[in-house]
Amino acid sequence: MANEIILSASGLTKEFKGFVAVDDVTLSVRRGTIHALIGPNGAGKTTCFNLLTKVLSPTAGRIIYNGRDITKMSPANVARLGLVRSFQISAVFGHMTALENVRIALQRRIRGDSFDFWCSERVLSSLHDEAWELITAVGLTEFAMIPARELSYGRKRALEIATTLALDPEMLLLDEPMAGMTQEDVERVSALIKEISQKRTILMVEHNLSVVASLSDRITVLTRGKVLAEGDYATVSKDPRVIEAYIGVPHA
Amino acid sequence: MPTHSSVPVAAPFRKLGMPRYHLMIMLGLAAVLSVAPFLLYPILMIKILCFALFACSVNLLLGYAGLLSFGHAAYFGMSSYVAAHAAKVWGLSPELAILCGVGIAVLLGCIFGALAIRRQGIYFAMVTLAFAQMVYFFALQAPFTGGEDGIQKVPRGALFGLIPLADDKTLYWFVLVVFFACLLALYRIIHSPFGQVLKAIRDNEARAVSLGYRVNQYKFIAFVLSAALAGVAGGTKAIVFQLATLTDVYWTMSGEVVLMTLIGGMYTFFGPIVGAALVVLMQNYLASVGDWVTVIQGLVFVACVLLFREGIVGFIASKLKRPL
Repeated sequence: MANEIILSASGLTKEFKGFVAVDDVTLSVRRGTIHALIGPNGAGKTTCFNLLTKVLSPTAGRIIYNGRDITKMSPANVARLGLVRSFQISAVFGHMTALENVRIALQRRIRGDSFDFWCSERVLSSLHDEAWELITAVGLTEFAMIPARELSYGRKRALEIATTLALDPEMLLLDEPMAGMTQEDVERVSALIKEISQKRTILMVEHNLSVVASLSDRITVLTRGKVLAEGDYATVSKDPRVIEAYIGVPHA
Repeated sequence: MPTHSSVPVAAPFRKLGMPRYHLMIMLGLAAVLSVAPFLLYPILMIKILCFALFACSVNLLLGYAGLLSFGHAAYFGMSSYVAAHAAKVWGLSPELAILCGVGIAVLLGCIFGALAIRRQGIYFAMVTLAFAQMVYFFALQAPFTGGEDGIQKVPRGALFGLIPLADDKTLYWFVLVVFFACLLALYRIIHSPFGQVLKAIRDNEARAVSLGYRVNQYKFIAFVLSAALAGVAGGTKAIVFQLATLTDVYWTMSGEVVLMTLIGGMYTFFGPIVGAALVVLMQNYLASVGDWVTVIQGLVFVACVLLFREGIVGFIASKLKRPL
C-alpha cells in the first residue's frame, strides 16, 4: 500500500508559443507521502503545478490520479475526486465570515450541488458543528464570526487550510504554502501540514528549502522545464547537478 | 483531524433566517408603501416599484454573483412587449399577460445566459450588451411591436377576470403585492444554500472551483432568475402604463438600471430600491428642466461614487456594521 502511486504524470509538456515551459516531465507521487517540487526561478514549477491542478491544459502528456486519466477533466470535477489545491495568495471568501468559509466547503462535500435557491439557509445549520470543529482545530475560534477579509495574513492561511480540510481531500496540492510568511507563521503552518499529512498525500511547490528539508519525504528538482534530480533531501542536496543549478559551477 | 484537549464550546452562531432588523425594515417598507399612494400619485409610486424590482434583478447578478449585465433592458423590454401583446391582441387577463412576459424573459435569459457566462468581467458585460442590442433591432423590425410607435392602448383588464384594474389605486395594490412577493422570493434566493455558493463565486471564483463547485451552472441559474425578475418588472410596467415602447429595450435603459443599483448600493439588499426611488423621483420632479435631467442625474451619480463608493445604503450599512 505504502508504495502505491496516487498521482502520476508522464511526458508532461507545455509550450507557450514556441517556449517550452515544461518539457517531458515524468513524476510519480506515492500515496501517503509529502512530495516537494523545487527548482530555481523559472524552472517551470508553477506551470507544472498549474498543469496538475488543471488550470492549464498540457500540450502533451498524461496525468493519472488514482488510476483515472484526469488529463482532460475540468478543475471542479478533479476537486470532486478528492484532489484539492491551495493558492499562493491566500484564497478566502472575503465577505463571508470565517465560519461561512469553512461551511461552504462542507456544503459541497456533504450536500453536493446546492441549486436549491428556494430553501432557507437554515438547512445548513446541520453543518455548523463540523465547521466549528475545523475552525477550532486551526486556532480561529475567536475569529469565527469575523469576515475573512479582516483577518491577518497568517490567519487567512489558517482559514484556507481549514476550508480545504473541510473537503476531506485524499490529496493536496499546495502552491508555496509558506510564501510571504513570517518565521513564526512558517513554523505553525509547517506543524499543521505535518499534522494533516497523516492520512493524506501532499504535493507542494516550495521555495523555502529548510521547510522542504524538514517536511518532505521525496523531492523532485526541476530546471528549465526538465526533471533534474529526484530523491530524498540527503540525496538531492548532494547531487552536483542540483548544486550547480542553484548556486552555479564552483570555480576551480 | 487534530484532537484538542479543550472541548469546543457551542458556537455563538447568529441565528439563521431573517434577522430582526431586516424584518423591521421590510415591515417599515410595507407601511410606508401602504401610505404612499395617499400622498403621492399612485402611478408615480407604481413606476418606482417597477424600477425597484428591475434594479433588484440587476443586483442579484451584480451584487450577489459579481456579474455586471449591461443588457437587462432586453428582458425588461421584451417582457413588456409580450405582455402588452398578450393583453391587447390575445385578450389575456393582466396576470396571465405578465406571466407570458416573464416566459419570454426566461427564454431569452436561458439562451443569452448560457452563452454570456462563458466570459468574465468586462467581456461578460459586452456580450450581454451585444445580445440586448440584437433584441432592440428585433423589436424595431418585428411587425407585432409596432416599430417606433410601440404597442399603445394596452387594456389593463381585470385581475383573474374578476377585479378591474382601471382604477389607479386598485392597480397600485396589485403592483405592491407583486413587488413584495418578488422581494421576499429574492430574499430567500440570496439567503439560500444556492445564494451562499453565489456569494462564494463572487468573492473568489477560482477558489470556488477548487472546492469542487461547477460555477457556470450557478451563474446560469442566477442569470435566468435575474432575467425572470426583470421580466416581472417589464410586464407589470406594460400593463400599468398601457404601453410598450422601444425605450424599454434600448441600451440606455440597461445603463439606467445599473446606475440605480450603484447609487443605492450593489452589495446591499435594499440599496437598489432606494436607488430606483431616487432616480425615478428625480426624473419626475425635474422633468420641467428638460434634457438637463440627464446632466443632473450624472452629477448625482458622480457625487455618489465620490462620496460613498458603496452606494447610499452600502454607506449606511458600513456605518452600522451590519448588512442591509
